[in-house]
Amino acid sequence: MKSFNVRHKFLFLCITGLFITGCQTGSDEIIEDSTTVDGVDQSQLGGFGGSDLTALEDGSDGSAIAFGDETDSPQAMLDKADSTLSNRVIYFQFDSAKVSEESLNTLEEHGSFIASNGNVSVRLEGHSDERGSREYNIALGDRRAQSVRRILMFQGASVDQLETISYGEEQPAMSGHTDDAWSKNRRVELVYQVN
Amino acid sequence: MNRLLKIFISLPFLMLAFSPLNAALTIEISEGTEGALPIAVVPFDTSKVASQLSEDIAQIVTNDLNRSGVLTVLSRNSLPATPYYSHEVKYPAWRAAGQDYLVVGRAMEKTTGQYEIQFQLLDVLKQKQLIGYSLQTTKRKLRASAHDISDLIYQKITGIRGAFNTRIAYIRAQRNQGRKYILQVADTDGFNAQTVLESDEPLMSPSWSPDGDSLAYVSFENRRPEIFIQHLSTAKRSKVSGFKGINSAPSWSPNGEFLALVLSKDGGPDIYLMNVESKRLTRLTRHRGIDTEPVWSGDGQSIIFTSDRSGSPQIYEVAATGGKPRRITFEGQYNSAASISPDGKYIAMVHGEAGQFKIAQMELDTGNLTVLTDSTLDESPSFAPNGKMVLYASTRGDNGVLYAVSVDGRGKHKLSDQTGDIREPVWGPYKRKQ
Repeated sequence: MKSFNVRHKFLFLCITGLFITGCQTGSDEIIEDSTTVDGVDQSQLGGFGGSDLTALEDGSDGSAIAFGDETDSPQAMLDKADSTLSNRVIYFQFDSAKVSEESLNTLEEHGSFIASNGNVSVRLEGHSDERGSREYNIALGDRRAQSVRRILMFQGASVDQLETISYGEEQPAMSGHTDDAWSKNRRVELVYQVN
Repeated sequence: MNRLLKIFISLPFLMLAFSPLNAALTIEISEGTEGALPIAVVPFDTSKVASQLSEDIAQIVTNDLNRSGVLTVLSRNSLPATPYYSHEVKYPAWRAAGQDYLVVGRAMEKTTGQYEIQFQLLDVLKQKQLIGYSLQTTKRKLRASAHDISDLIYQKITGIRGAFNTRIAYIRAQRNQGRKYILQVADTDGFNAQTVLESDEPLMSPSWSPDGDSLAYVSFENRRPEIFIQHLSTAKRSKVSGFKGINSAPSWSPNGEFLALVLSKDGGPDIYLMNVESKRLTRLTRHRGIDTEPVWSGDGQSIIFTSDRSGSPQIYEVAATGGKPRRITFEGQYNSAASISPDGKYIAMVHGEAGQFKIAQMELDTGNLTVLTDSTLDESPSFAPNGKMVLYASTRGDNGVLYAVSVDGRGKHKLSDQTGDIREPVWGPYKRKQ
């Protein structure tokens, strides 16, 4: 299971790398902003290719293996309070679909769990705060969900297990017009289903 | 091909209706109209109406004209006299009251529920009639006839066609007793609200067909965004776009043949054109970033849309036949959700600067930008069909409220409501002459 995951990561990196190159040279569009590629910061991708992967090969990243070793059912693991898996909301900055370093760790665990449990599927529900226009926020929520999806797939989750949807600003988690409410509303919720 | 068109959906939790709703929107004038022309509107004579007339025609006209920002109507308490015919008018008294114009009128019941309404618009300084009309109407159409009178007065004085007798569509959200989303249409003064569709899941982005007979909109009723077209008088509806990913932001072309819409089925959100009849799709933009909120220019030659391809949302224009998009907004960090004026000279948009989101108008030729509103969470601007007012949504407390502001920034009024959270207003086209 571990080597499978690692190979998957390599494969994904190669594909992503090709994609970035393709964007920069093959497209008619002028790339005016090269800091993000489909919502994922390139420096983040670089990070994956570097130290993170090495760490996995060293066997120091035990979390992915641990899932396979557990005798708990997927449902039991999801039900476990205070575990990383119980953290199912990823937050974002204003007008950004970039996943923070902290959330990256959370999503890596989710990704490994999903990859190890073929009977689990996840609906990724993207949301935005109320500021700006509604349809733009639908697109922004979609980008956030896609960012999360990409990271989960990177960990080996398969296309069939992941579904994305954006609600834009239509379903806030917290009402009010404050920075606090807005920060709680810019999110992707991972909604699990154990089949 | 027609098979797709015929997928009529009816789900138990959806309430399809076109029935009057009791909770009418009410109007509140929130800003003065400095520089507006003074006009007096005398209550109409109703002594020849057997039963009580159900609407106060003069009051409806008064509210309309006040909202325009161009005219300011004399308060009823200050009327120096109450003439009903031009020959009863003693002009010096109206001149002394500082009025430029005067409206007098009367209603007559011909048979039960059938009325004739006559009115005259008088020039106080020249002491003569400018226009006089007789309108045949019914009890049910009284409000519409009053708006027609407002339109005639407005047009005579300003030379610009009035848009009072048109309709608006918007989304009302309810939070009590479970979340509900209600698509409604109403008169431009907020009265005669009628429910088009009710759903437990979000409804978004209503767009009028150019003939005013149908609305396109986004519904999440199947737990994902899909685009529907619904005929208003028959309530017949069909799903026109339910691709994988985003199906959103429909916008009807001026000739009614196409819908511009946003799909993410081939990657990021991009603009597509759909032939409404054949459902054939043409992809218009192709970019890894967000492209959304397409609207058509009045001549149907180009599409204006929002894109974050430069790093933050800005407005772009692309030919309806395709090609390279051209950026048209440069002032401000965040510009989105454009509405094009009917003459094609201006866009209104959401303009974000320093964390505040207001409605701004930009002249396309010069790029001159004017901020029209002064709150912080304004969105969804929509031009009136005469281009003289912009309808938009703002926030008050926990609720969304609708405002209309005149494009010169002089008049601003709120359409308020007790029961919900109202958003995404869109101003309908002129009604066809009947």
